[in-house]
Amino acid sequence: MSNLENLQSQILADIAAASDEAALEAVRVGALGKKGSISALLATLGKMDPEQRKTEGAAINLAKDAVTQALTARRDVLKAAALDAKLAAETIDVTLPLREPLAEAGRLHPLSQVWDEVTTIFADMGFAVAEGPDIETDDYNFTKLNFPEGHPAREMHDTFYFNPKEDGSRLLLRTHTSPVQVRTMLSQKPPIRVICPGRTYRSDSDQTHTPMFHQVEGLVIDKGSHLGHLKWILHEFCKAFFEVDNVNMRFRPSFFPFTEPSLEVDIECRRGKDEIRFGEGEDWLEILGCGMVHPNVLTACGLDPDVYQGFAWGMGIDRIAMLKYGMSDLRQLFEADARWLAHYGFKPLDIPSLAGGLSS
Amino acid sequence: MKLTLSWLKDHLDTDEPLTALADKLTMIGLEVEGIEDKAKALAPFTIAKVLTAEKHPNADKLQVCSVETGDGAPVQVVCGAPNARAGLVTVFAPPGTYIPAKDFTLGIGNIRGVESRGMLCSAAELEISDDHDGIIELPADAPVGQAYAAWAGLGDPVLDINLTPNRQDCAGVSGIARDLAAAGMGKFKDPSVKPIKGEFPCPVKVTVEDAKLCPGFALRLVKGVKNGPSPEWLQKRLAAIGLRPINALVDITNYLTFDRSRPLHVFDAAKVKGNLVVRRAQDGETLLALDGRTYTLDSNVCVIADEHGVESLAGIMGGELSGCSADTTDVLIESALWNEINIAQSGRKLGINTDARYRFERGVDPAFMVPGLDLATRLVMEFCGGTPSETVVVGNAFGDDRIIDFPLSEVKRLAGIEVSLTEARRILTHLGFMVAGSGAVVKVAVPSWRSDVHGKADIVEEIVRIVGVDKVPMTPFERGDAPRKPVLTQIQTRTRRAKRALAARGLTEAVTWSFIAKPNAEAFGGGQPELALANPIASDLSDMRPSLLPGLIAAAQANADRGFPDLALFEVGQIFKGDRPQDQFIAASGVRRGVAASQGLGRHWSGSAQASALDAKADAFAVLAAAGAPMAGLQIATGKLPAWLHPGRSGAIQIGPQNVLGYFGELHPRVLEQLGADGPLVAFEVILDKIPDAKQRPTRAKPALELSAFQPVSRDFAFIVGRKVQAADLVRAAQSIDKKLITSVGVFDVYEGKGIDPDKKSVAIAVTLQPRDKTMTDQEIDAVGARIVAEVTKKTGGVLRG
Repeated sequence: MSNLENLQSQILADIAAASDEAALEAVRVGALGKKGSISALLATLGKMDPEQRKTEGAAINLAKDAVTQALTARRDVLKAAALDAKLAAETIDVTLPLREPLAEAGRLHPLSQVWDEVTTIFADMGFAVAEGPDIETDDYNFTKLNFPEGHPAREMHDTFYFNPKEDGSRLLLRTHTSPVQVRTMLSQKPPIRVICPGRTYRSDSDQTHTPMFHQVEGLVIDKGSHLGHLKWILHEFCKAFFEVDNVNMRFRPSFFPFTEPSLEVDIECRRGKDEIRFGEGEDWLEILGCGMVHPNVLTACGLDPDVYQGFAWGMGIDRIAMLKYGMSDLRQLFEADARWLAHYGFKPLDIPSLAGGLSS
Repeated sequence: MKLTLSWLKDHLDTDEPLTALADKLTMIGLEVEGIEDKAKALAPFTIAKVLTAEKHPNADKLQVCSVETGDGAPVQVVCGAPNARAGLVTVFAPPGTYIPAKDFTLGIGNIRGVESRGMLCSAAELEISDDHDGIIELPADAPVGQAYAAWAGLGDPVLDINLTPNRQDCAGVSGIARDLAAAGMGKFKDPSVKPIKGEFPCPVKVTVEDAKLCPGFALRLVKGVKNGPSPEWLQKRLAAIGLRPINALVDITNYLTFDRSRPLHVFDAAKVKGNLVVRRAQDGETLLALDGRTYTLDSNVCVIADEHGVESLAGIMGGELSGCSADTTDVLIESALWNEINIAQSGRKLGINTDARYRFERGVDPAFMVPGLDLATRLVMEFCGGTPSETVVVGNAFGDDRIIDFPLSEVKRLAGIEVSLTEARRILTHLGFMVAGSGAVVKVAVPSWRSDVHGKADIVEEIVRIVGVDKVPMTPFERGDAPRKPVLTQIQTRTRRAKRALAARGLTEAVTWSFIAKPNAEAFGGGQPELALANPIASDLSDMRPSLLPGLIAAAQANADRGFPDLALFEVGQIFKGDRPQDQFIAASGVRRGVAASQGLGRHWSGSAQASALDAKADAFAVLAAAGAPMAGLQIATGKLPAWLHPGRSGAIQIGPQNVLGYFGELHPRVLEQLGADGPLVAFEVILDKIPDAKQRPTRAKPALELSAFQPVSRDFAFIVGRKVQAADLVRAAQSIDKKLITSVGVFDVYEGKGIDPDKKSVAIAVTLQPRDKTMTDQEIDAVGARIVAEVTKKTGGVLRG
């Protein structure tokens, strides 16, 4: 074996043995650097005669190419290994538990959700939303709604009063959202289609009554709306709200001072241990009151009852929320128990819509 | 209103089964709330006889009885009733019987060492009356071994009707029967009453001082009566509806109250001195009433008085001293009309609820005043004998002539259903109305007992409820071509968005009471006299809330007390700054407690912190942004802050000093202490109504997008400033150099501590410049930088950090 061949195999062996890029660089410098072994051989070419140069030169250059190639290949291998080692050292614990996304952790109160559901359904039927103050006058809460002064029907409402003013009048906390209907009739010209959701108050407290509760009322005033329309609207509402294909409803004559005729509405259901199912069963559950607006109310609100007519209804938002979502105790709605809210509340992205469903 | 089936059949000829009658009642507006069938519920209770009763060896108040039950050998029963005695016939419940009043099932007991195989029962235990003084005492000849309820006539099912306040006429069984007959459930029996001729003048004269309070008064004497227990059928009926039989004269008044909705009063004539006068009470007059209580009266209360003074509270309750007893031999029977409002007010003021008040305040049938007296007289003579006097009648307008012009088309107009005149006439006639005419408009005369019927709509209701509301066809209610516009008002939209924005930050929505304790209201700027309830339901729910925070703070503490100390709660709802509509606002508020910084609740490996004032600020800004506030125009002011906030760790959010939108920060420890809450607690409250209205734009298109062709340039500056210098001043100073060129100024580092004077801090800002028409040269950039440094130094005293 010639010296050149020995040299080449020695260098290639060194390349293969180089364990990192620095060692490999040392081999490269030792072979191809200014004072490298192959560089030194190349430097001898100048002193050779042309014939010798031709043969020796080709051989040395072949050796140089081989070394260069081996260096490149080895460098790639070492680089990849170094990267692998670096990445391996960077390992983190990906099993660490995350925080719950905030939008999954936060909660809307079920009343807010049901408020949105009810609004969505009635908006689709062309109803606007009207609101009024919680502190009302006796006139708007009672007198204009055909509760005569001293009438026992007023006693059905355990009213919270404020202290009398100097002129003897005294304000009260509205006992229903009907004063909003009065305000609407006094301020808008028919046709009127509104729902009036809001907070109401009665001095009563037990498992099914709290001194503060919520109602949504509806009002339609025009020149042709009658009981048949009222029944249809409420039937459509109940199907949509309880998310069932059909629901049997029972309309019973009843009495409210502000409607004539007046009806109470029961909905057919099956009572289970922890839930009530609608659209099936044989029990009746009272859910709302309604009727044709009393002529005295229309007159008190500046409308001629021989020209205009319409209907109104009212139901408890708390009550329908409890029925739909299986909450058993009204008082818990106002206790702000974080456990209860986490369980019965809704996530902020659970937005009721007609397209996506009310409760998805 | 309770009645029994047999009682109903006194007035209604019918073969309809009970359930059909009950269903029909509900569907014509007389809602049946319950049907009680005592014979069924009390089947195991039998009649038994006490053979012996001896003192319990180990208990003074107990007796050991041997009881003959009619079923095998006598059984041993331990009994605590004082009236248990040998020979008594009473009611027995064997082991295994469900005792309704006590809600348990009887077993074989061992009472102080003595075995007891059953129970001797009181009327209260069977829920047939309130009488729990002792065990039931039955006549000696009651058949031992038979079912008690059947023997006692409790087999008559009791219907409980939830009467609406307009149907006073149905506070009598006959009125209910009339409605059922109109609805095709049988034939109404003739309710008319034959007059009773008096045999001598009534010796007692009646003066009515105020005909408004007493539109009519009828009185007659029946002398020579023998009062005693009323007939068994009457006693059973009264007991079945929960009334206690007293004596024949009193039972007759109670009977007619429920049979005809005609309350009456009976005086023992021997105890009445002189003539009767119907008048207002004098202030301070008193009456010992039949309920055994003494009432102090005033001039608003109408009374019946004699020479002794007040003898009866008109239309509400009689007096004890002139009441009828077993010794009564001469009885004065009163049948009168009273002013409804006065009865309601007097009853409410005196706190007396009676069957008479219930009917009078709803307006009894005026035309039945005298017939009612005749009917009572007949029953008195039948049960007690006696000779009736003539009737004294004061007043003369007993019923009005309400005639309503009724276009039949009203039924279709209001109810959406066609009803023929024949059908309408049939229904109305059955209900006692008179219908005259046959044209498009008929005349309808309203019966005297229907004080609730005044106009056309009332007539429509009468027809529709008898025809059946279920017959009204559902009619689609088209929305027509009304435009599809948003239906929420601006404040409603803000409310909705505020709630979801806060929930999306991980907060939980609470709904708390609108009224709070007065000191808590005062601590948050409320507590004004006009916002205090006159009749709060509890002393801690007395004043309208001026802020949502007291409720939220209490809620946070309650949750902490339950073992959940780290939490973030919010509420969006009404607050009250005065009692006018314009003083009611919608606030969005929140509290964070414990380890509840913005990144989440509770400790976590990724980082967690106690909630700080700046977390509350972030909540407030999230709400404002969601609700559409002009965020670039918001300023933080720290000068004038409410007393409920920590003076150094809180701020006001405003658009200029005139429009403060809300506050955020740490709550003042003094306020927390007052509210009984442990701190620290951070909170915010913003008033959504105070957000300025957004400009209305004619289209939904967004403004054109301008993209600069030139790269933005960023430069960082760190300033050493005094510790109390506010970052906002520094940012504003930098921004003010060139509002067009400088598109943002961010604070990316705040440092206090080693290397910085103790009364200084380092604030580092990143300034972004956006050239519009050419790339900036280094020289130009440096020039802007120099001006920024100069301006910041001028405004804040800050120097560039070396």
